Amino acid sequence: MPVKEKFTLFHFVNYAVFAIITLICVFPFYYLFINTISNNDLSSRGLVMFYPRGIHWTNYTKVFDIPGLGQAALVSVGRTVLGTLLTVAASAFLGYLFTKQMWGRKFWYRFLVITMYFNAGLIPWYLTMLNLGLTNNFLAYIVPAIVQPFFIILVKTFVESTPIALQESAQIDGAGYMKIFARIIFPLITPILATIAIFSAVTQWNSFTDTLFLITDQRLFTLQFILYRYMNEATSIAQLMKQSSGGMDMDLANMATPTSIQTTVSMVVVLPILLVYPFFQRFFVKGIMIGAVKG
Amino acid sequence: MRVKKVRSKDRYNLFLMALPFLALAFLFSYLPLYGWIYAFYDYRPGIPLSQSEFMGLDWFTSMISNEVQRQEVMRVLRNTFAISTLNILTSVLPVIFAIFLAELKNAKFKKLVQTLTTLPNFISWVLVYSFAFMLFSVNNGFLNNFLLDLGLISEPMNILASDNHTWLSMTLWSVWKGLGWGAIMYIAAIMGIDQEIYEAARVDGAGRFRLMWHVTVPGIMPTFFVLLLLSIGNFINNGMEQFYVFQNAMNTDHIEVLDLYVYNIGMANSNFGFATAVSLLKSLVSLSLLFVANSMSKAIRGESIF
Repeated sequence: MPVKEKFTLFHFVNYAVFAIITLICVFPFYYLFINTISNNDLSSRGLVMFYPRGIHWTNYTKVFDIPGLGQAALVSVGRTVLGTLLTVAASAFLGYLFTKQMWGRKFWYRFLVITMYFNAGLIPWYLTMLNLGLTNNFLAYIVPAIVQPFFIILVKTFVESTPIALQESAQIDGAGYMKIFARIIFPLITPILATIAIFSAVTQWNSFTDTLFLITDQRLFTLQFILYRYMNEATSIAQLMKQSSGGMDMDLANMATPTSIQTTVSMVVVLPILLVYPFFQRFFVKGIMIGAVKG
Repeated sequence: MRVKKVRSKDRYNLFLMALPFLALAFLFSYLPLYGWIYAFYDYRPGIPLSQSEFMGLDWFTSMISNEVQRQEVMRVLRNTFAISTLNILTSVLPVIFAIFLAELKNAKFKKLVQTLTTLPNFISWVLVYSFAFMLFSVNNGFLNNFLLDLGLISEPMNILASDNHTWLSMTLWSVWKGLGWGAIMYIAAIMGIDQEIYEAARVDGAGRFRLMWHVTVPGIMPTFFVLLLLSIGNFINNGMEQFYVFQNAMNTDHIEVLDLYVYNIGMANSNFGFATAVSLLKSLVSLSLLFVANSMSKAIRGESIF
């Protein structure tokens, strides 16, 4: 890089274009937020455009009045936490095992990797899940997600880059494979496990189609799924909430509207991502690079 | 001799530790292959396969011989090809994004741009649809109100429930969601280019754009090429989530890509036999495309992509 470069027209245009692109990426998030805290009547008429108007927090304090939301939040949090824990643990363990002289290692490694590029298709998969009893079953969110070939590749690559002498000295001291994994390997590979945890948590949280394919029981609906349903049924749900609140002592302007329900649920869906995003950013850059090397 | 014996026991033990996980992979990725058999039966949910009518290759031949089905399949293939082609064409945008981002000198601004443009990659398509609904809906959408206020339009436009430019709008949403994320690898590739090459080129009198074209672009070409080959391998796998959430009665003609079509006829209309036949063909074509991409990679780069 040159020490000093003049700020030319090129730079001006370049900065301006990037500012506009960034604005386009961020504006929907901002627009969503100002609409959840603005006067519900104005918001439902689309009159809250650039800044909040008639600020209130009723939508947030009454968020659990939205039918089904509490249960869906529980399901979403549950699958994210459990699914992530199991995926990380399995990826760590399998990634380690594949660096050892396992019987048929090459074959089994290929056996896993092929599944990244090839699948039988939706209907055969659905019928398999049906036969395994994994429809209308919370485990349908967790069990198929445990073995992730891509994450296993990441861990394997990472373990191979750690000094083998550490494992050998532990072996001489009489440690078995499990002990070496728990005491030596696991602490060494935490950076890559953090990356995997983040990817897997975001995937679990955002997952929508598995509910669509496999679940009809309302108690197992996820937040993503009820958000989709609310967008198509928001009007009737707003009616329901109006009736249940009696409509007497409520601030008329801030009663639930289809728009307020849609925006509030959207905010609930996006908030966890926004909260953890600043922290996980440095991990995914690392993750994608390791993945790119091995791909 | 003894040492070797212990080791082979170890090898089996290691395998046994991995076995439960290999079994899971078998259950969810290999066992479904058995389900291809449904493509040869008139299977209805609830009726066992043994009592279902054997169809032979009827589902496959009907894609050609049955006029209605042929048109359907052609329409779906057209959508798939159009959207995939647009996605491949727009895959140069992250490259351009990365090249020009490198020209930003203010490190803080650069970091901010990168952080905020990557954010959309981490939200679900349902939420993207929710954004689309808020911004573009006909009654209270941001865009309509904004343009009405400015007097640029006199009637609100119904952008979501229309079939105009469906392919293009789907591509633009993909770009919105994936631009910043797609650029990350190129940004890293640019950082890996030796600064001395730039210096040398500068000494030779190369200006900004010549540096971009003759140093930066060749530097990130290998990365671009691998990703391009992968997207050729995935040419007919558009996924269905995006198209499912944006689908409505108006745009279904142009939004139904193969994956969504299989869902619509199979899961929504319970035509399991035909849907399986379509997805079987799709899997085979997809596999051949992958092999084509891989052998192209071997021929040109001398190494395989996986």
